[in-house]
Amino acid sequence: MKTNGNFIFKLYVTGEAPNSIRAIGNLNDLCRDHLAGHHEIEIVDLLRDPQKALVDEVLLTPTLVKLSPKPVRKIIGNLNDMAAVLKAIGLEAFRNEK
Amino acid sequence: MKKKSNPGHPPPSSGKALSGIEGFDEITRGGLPRGRSTLITGGPGSGKTVFSLQTLANGIRLFHEPAIFVAFEENSKRIMANASTFGWDLQKLVPGKLFFLDAQPSPDLIQAGDFDLNGMLAILDAKVRAMGARRIVFDSLDMLLNLLDTATQQREANRLNEWIMKKEITAILTGKVEQEAGNNTGQYQNTFMPFMTDAVVELNHRIVDGVSQRVLRLKKFRGSSFSENESPYVIGSRGFEVAEVSSFMANAVKVTKERVSSGVERLDTMLGGGYYRGASILITGAPGTAKSTLSGAFTQAACARGERALFVSFDSAPAEIIRNLESVNIRLKRYERSGQLRLVAARAGSFNSEIHYLRIKNLAQEHQARCLVVDPISALGKQGNELTSQNVLERLLDWTKAVGITLVCTSLLGGNAPEAEGSAMQISTNVDTWIHLNYLVRAGERNRALTIVKSRGTGHSNQVRELVLKDSGISLTDVYTVGGEVFMGTMRWEKEEAALSDKKIQEALAVRKLTSLKLAEAELEVRAKAVQVELEATRQEKAFLAVSDRQTVTDSADRVSQVRLLRGADRFPKGRQRRPGSKP
Repeated sequence: MKTNGNFIFKLYVTGEAPNSIRAIGNLNDLCRDHLAGHHEIEIVDLLRDPQKALVDEVLLTPTLVKLSPKPVRKIIGNLNDMAAVLKAIGLEAFRNEK
Repeated sequence: MKKKSNPGHPPPSSGKALSGIEGFDEITRGGLPRGRSTLITGGPGSGKTVFSLQTLANGIRLFHEPAIFVAFEENSKRIMANASTFGWDLQKLVPGKLFFLDAQPSPDLIQAGDFDLNGMLAILDAKVRAMGARRIVFDSLDMLLNLLDTATQQREANRLNEWIMKKEITAILTGKVEQEAGNNTGQYQNTFMPFMTDAVVELNHRIVDGVSQRVLRLKKFRGSSFSENESPYVIGSRGFEVAEVSSFMANAVKVTKERVSSGVERLDTMLGGGYYRGASILITGAPGTAKSTLSGAFTQAACARGERALFVSFDSAPAEIIRNLESVNIRLKRYERSGQLRLVAARAGSFNSEIHYLRIKNLAQEHQARCLVVDPISALGKQGNELTSQNVLERLLDWTKAVGITLVCTSLLGGNAPEAEGSAMQISTNVDTWIHLNYLVRAGERNRALTIVKSRGTGHSNQVRELVLKDSGISLTDVYTVGGEVFMGTMRWEKEEAALSDKKIQEALAVRKLTSLKLAEAELEVRAKAVQVELEATRQEKAFLAVSDRQTVTDSADRVSQVRLLRGADRFPKGRQRRPGSKP
């Protein structure tokens, strides 16, 4: 898998909820450890912008959406299960290639 | 912010929100706990979604309370399609008043760690504020909670419950119950939800003798009294309906002294003017005793008065009913054509009695029937329905009475002593008028006899009458009683004929006797005259005799004196002649 395209993530959270805080931390760790700057993260706070969740069909928080590279993947949870996250976003294969 | 969306509709009961579901509001004495959560548990197909959706639709339609439906299981399109089969125009309600939130977890959803409902609640928060929603449904929350471990489930359920209470929104949570080998034991696997919510409604579905029986039970209702018994319910053509508790109906009964014709003139007379309007009439009898025919006569009379009537038959198809009744000059076809009469055929075994009852009720309401015939009502008590049928019949009677429908129902019952046997399902104790038809067999004939076993509030004849069916119609004939025996049919005719000829002979005899008496009289008169004449003659003779006798005496005296004179022996005639010669 080539990575000339950046990883684009959208993380839906609800304010200061523990799971949301944890998810943000976990995502940052992941990007730092595995993507080395080749990424963009947009954090959407549903408390501030609930309408956006309706449009994007996100109800549970936290939810991580990997928009790029394709295919789009939706992962719910605080991302504590890092192995599952890596598998879901296809980083396992990427890491092995490296 | 919660109150602004309730335009001029004060809550009917401060702590409760009416569901608008027939029967349910009676059981709960006013509906769901207002601004609180209610858990509804049930197996697949038990009607949880229908109940929830109906409560929302009613809330919007009847109480102007906008609502949100959070669909975890089915998407909103499918729910709308299902709803349209019940005739709820959700499409019309949707703009602004009903909001569907499609929340089905996507099949390729990946879970990586713990999550919470905060996001969903944030969205709902915004929605509730925007549309002023007063009711909400989560159908079913299990779908979501099952993704979490037990401890987290409880945490999120509490989070949801707190949100509900904070928003003071009336909420329904549905919970799935596993189906066990055809019979649903009703055990909800989630242990904390029933404790958390303010009310718990259990929907059970069982199969009794192959007939499906659905019952609803209110398990819990914080701060309220409620009916704890199981209540049968159905999901009918108009949605969810719960069997209402009979005792609540008693006050609603309309009482009238108006009479309606039974369709048979002499029966009306026997009843002192006909049936009471709004009364329930039971006609029992052996097969073929003309129970349906009497019902038909009643129906025809109703239609002839211009009233709308519903005839539900568990025996025959509408065309057969019309044809059969025509043979006794009961003509219903024209009324059926004009739409005044509705004939419905049903098969008893096809549904349970609860469904039959609600179908009949719905049909009667739809048709705005004032007169209702159920022929035979005993069909409701068939297989597997024994438990509920008694209750169903009571409710049918209560309901027709409450709305003023005159109900005629028939029931199969043989024998000559109906009061001893009681009729099917003990309905006879509840009806107002009970007419029994039976056969009297004598001299190789079977004849129909009609008796009024009871008729509440009306004087009624104690006579047994013979029911005669002819081309010209139904009539009741006096039975012929002689020496304590009842004669019917040909025997009655013969007896009547015999009596008639007897009478003629008696008359002829009387005439003859009169004539002979006249003759005797005439004879006597003649004789009397003859005697009179004879008497006269006798008198005359007697008179003559007297005269002639005196003459004889005088004659003889004269003769003596004359002789003396002639002899000259004695010159002194007696008396006078002596005087001069008194001086000797």
